[in-house]
Amino acid sequence: MSAALEVIAPGLMTTVQDLGRFGYQRFGLSPAGAVDGLALQIANALVGNAPGEAALEMTLQGATLEIAAPAARLAFAGDFALAIDGRPVAAYRSHLAHRGQLLAVGRAKSGLRGYLAVAGGLALAPELGSRATHLRAGLGGLEGRDLRGGDRLELRAAAPPAGLERALSAADIPERRNLLRVVLGPQDDYFDAAAIADFFKATYTVTASADRMGMRLAGPRIRHARGFDVISDAVVTGSIQVPGSGEPIVMLAERQTTGGYPKLATVIGADLPQAAQARPGTSLRFTPVDLAEAQRVRAAQLAWLAGLPQRLVPAGAARWNDADRLLGLNLISGVADAASDP
Amino acid sequence: MAAYDVPRFLNAGEAALVVEIGDSIAAELSERVAMLDAALAAAAIPGVGETVPTYRSLLVNYDPAVIDTGGLIARLRALWPSAGRLAAPRHWIVPVAYGGSFGEDLDEFARRKAMTSEAVVERHLAGRYRVYMVGFMPGFTYLGGLDPELALPRRDVPRTLTPAGSISIGGIQTAISSIAAPSGWHLLGRTPVRAFDKRRDPPFLFNTGDLISFERIDAAAWRELAEAAAAGEPVARPATPP
Repeated sequence: MSAALEVIAPGLMTTVQDLGRFGYQRFGLSPAGAVDGLALQIANALVGNAPGEAALEMTLQGATLEIAAPAARLAFAGDFALAIDGRPVAAYRSHLAHRGQLLAVGRAKSGLRGYLAVAGGLALAPELGSRATHLRAGLGGLEGRDLRGGDRLELRAAAPPAGLERALSAADIPERRNLLRVVLGPQDDYFDAAAIADFFKATYTVTASADRMGMRLAGPRIRHARGFDVISDAVVTGSIQVPGSGEPIVMLAERQTTGGYPKLATVIGADLPQAAQARPGTSLRFTPVDLAEAQRVRAAQLAWLAGLPQRLVPAGAARWNDADRLLGLNLISGVADAASDP
Repeated sequence: MAAYDVPRFLNAGEAALVVEIGDSIAAELSERVAMLDAALAAAAIPGVGETVPTYRSLLVNYDPAVIDTGGLIARLRALWPSAGRLAAPRHWIVPVAYGGSFGEDLDEFARRKAMTSEAVVERHLAGRYRVYMVGFMPGFTYLGGLDPELALPRRDVPRTLTPAGSISIGGIQTAISSIAAPSGWHLLGRTPVRAFDKRRDPPFLFNTGDLISFERIDAAAWRELAEAAAAGEPVARPATPP
């Protein structure tokens, strides 16, 4: 029997994403993949998937999907309103939904992006080694584009494996921070010390020019000391380019692969999820860390992710719809008993 | 034009290093970047990931949990200057229809250079170009070796959309575009060649270091070749070895 999710309403910008497509940057193709790779991995962990399984990335306004399978186990990572058949359900836990039920992902309550994972994953053929949608290249995902009403996403697993629903412990739910840590360079020598100090004192606002490729920030102009043209060289995800206007641009997952403006600094990998969640109007600040600190934070985040499946807690009966209450109960009754909670 | 005596190592975050070997756009630097890239690939250093060659630098992604930054820099220093020889470059003949609806800036470009449009086309055809970099967007192929007489700064007002396959000039470079995109470069012509086609193997036709010559075709030939390209043929063909 076929199993699928049918797109009733696509939301603002919903794409299939995994952790990205590597090996083609020398040909101008950026990795794409989830802008918030941490949230993607959380959603996958909640349904027992491998960390890099493809899931749906939703933006500000989520999608409404009909379960066209006997059942599907789903989990959403992100601070969005969710409902199954009109009944509010919690994010950051798995849910078993049955044929004909509607999962409606509403507006983001905070942040910008959320990820819907389905147990067993989506039955989509990888392109150039990945299922990540690269919109500009028309590659990956479903026909290389964002989802539309009427789309049908086949599921790899016809019926969900038996198992209890799982939830993220309250302590593991990501917190939003507006202070992004950066490593200076590679072209910080295009700016004098005073300009760099001003950059770290300033507060920037995410403009409406913000998408999967990057986000333009508005705020105090950063003065270039040696002009603003460099010979184009490689860009990485998190690169902060400073064009002639002096207002920085932060490069995200579907960025260009090279750029000809000085790159003052690079947002550390562990803080890219914070950048990914900064919607237009959000205030952001930057603070420098040295290379050793950035690498220590990276290792800590990877260790946190590696231990995530073991830290999930049983989520109890589907009737519970308030994550905090549910998680509070788990803390009181203990993990072993929580599975039988009403 | 020369390379630095010793490369500069610049951090691009905590898991990527820029190895900058010079500060100009020149064939010599492009070749040296390619040689360093090849030497690094041959060294197969654990923890080294995807590399991205550009005009005068090589970006090296790495896993700091496997190789520390200092250790990587030491390995890269040992590989510099890379003495190995590169494989003989591939030489492609790329068909182009110039002017008219294929290259709508040709006449204006010729006026600004005080040349006839035909003279611009002849000079552009006379060049043998080297792929300095494929970047910015999928398959966008930057070529060095433009006749200095054809150099012209970018348009004051970029176009919001230029077609895939555009052959254009920006500053001292010419390029082959692969997908429809905004551009401030001057459009001289258009090739039916798809530098990027995900259905074709290989999906990307041109590599850094490849040589490119252009061949003039008319509108009828362009349409015929465009159909062949749509069917998955490379359309660009290897130059006959001398």
